[in-house]
Amino acid sequence: MRRFLAALLVLAVVALGLFWFVTRPAPLPADALDGLTPDLAKGEQVFWAGGCAACHAAAEARGEAKLVLAGGQRFPSPFGTFVAPNISNDPAAGIGGWSALDLANAMLRGVSPRGEHYYPVFPYASYTMAALQDIVDLRAYLATLPADATPSAPHEVGFPFSIRRSLGAWKALYLDPAWVVSGELTPAEARGRYLAEALGHCGECHTPRGPFGGMERARWLAGGPVPGGKGNFPNITPAKLTWSERDIVEYLTSGFTPEFDSAGGHMALVVENTAHLPESDRAAIAAYLKRVAPVE
Amino acid sequence: MKTLFAGMTVAAVLCAGAATAQERGPFAMQIDARQGIMAYRALQLGVLGGMAKGEVEYNAEAAQKAADNLLAAVTIDASMLWPKGSDHDADPSSEALAAIWAEGSDIGAKATAMSEAAVAMQAAAGKDLESLKTAMGTVGAACSGCHKAFRLPQN
Repeated sequence: MRRFLAALLVLAVVALGLFWFVTRPAPLPADALDGLTPDLAKGEQVFWAGGCAACHAAAEARGEAKLVLAGGQRFPSPFGTFVAPNISNDPAAGIGGWSALDLANAMLRGVSPRGEHYYPVFPYASYTMAALQDIVDLRAYLATLPADATPSAPHEVGFPFSIRRSLGAWKALYLDPAWVVSGELTPAEARGRYLAEALGHCGECHTPRGPFGGMERARWLAGGPVPGGKGNFPNITPAKLTWSERDIVEYLTSGFTPEFDSAGGHMALVVENTAHLPESDRAAIAAYLKRVAPVE
Repeated sequence: MKTLFAGMTVAAVLCAGAATAQERGPFAMQIDARQGIMAYRALQLGVLGGMAKGEVEYNAEAAQKAADNLLAAVTIDASMLWPKGSDHDADPSSEALAAIWAEGSDIGAKATAMSEAAVAMQAAAGKDLESLKTAMGTVGAACSGCHKAFRLPQN
């Protein structure tokens, strides 16, 4: 009996160790950004392409107010309600004190400067494919934006999801640094893939999620119900989105569909971002969408 | 006989209509009417947008007519088409959110923005293509201003 208990104890220790190992945060090497110098103008483009303001500014913000990234928007989900944190330039309430490496760890690895996992409502599962140069540029641009001292509100997430360490297991399952659309791509299609799969994080809404909230890559961009809300995210694979590339560019510019209906809900915020991109980037996204595998 | 048959047909149609209205809740007609107005605006925007996109050659007269129609459709008093509670929960064929009627809702300001955009379009559409394009941006922002806050996320 004692032997059995001892074995059980060993097993428990091994399991705990395994959990500890699998769920450990994995930041970038300290020298990952060495030799990269920031370009402010490019950083602004990354800011709009990444859609930072769509979640971190007030939902109703327009114009200059969109640059106040004080957080506060609420995101209901089956796991609880997440509240967008303050990422303004305030050193205490926001991320004014962050290095470029801190930002890279947050966006590419989902790890905070204190070494904690972020919840994947922050779309690092997409940003993980972002170029480090873009993060360096973005860091420089964010430092030019206003500081706001509003403290971040806590997420309203119940047990067991409140244990951040367990997010390491989520990452082991779902954080997959690989392109979804592969094969030979034109330069425009490749640029579109970068914008749609990485920075623009289109899949975060338009790809259905499995039981633990990971994107089902086999049904990439095939749409699905809004988590914790009403309505559906539309299927934007070529099986359903039959608009011409020109129509897609127009939609990402003005929000008008070919029938001159107009974008609603969170997509209207997305269009406010894509409207800031050069037309060639919107055309690249359109070209990419035509290369996505059609899913009914 | 012919009259009787016609009368029966009308009665049948009316009954079917009443049945549908019942399934859809008390606001079916209001919802249909406002969706009709939205569709009418979209048709006018189709004329203007086709020119803005360069799919149709710019024609000052046609553009002016569409802009006049748009303004008329925006100016029409549609307040009785938006009774409180006539949202998606009451009738799934509506995409309207209850937030429209919530405390502190700025639906009035958003409607004013739409009117102003339509007025600007009416002044611009017949002038030249560049003016039309600029006004189109303002109209688009006014449309999505409302849809962003008050419409289900489909689209």
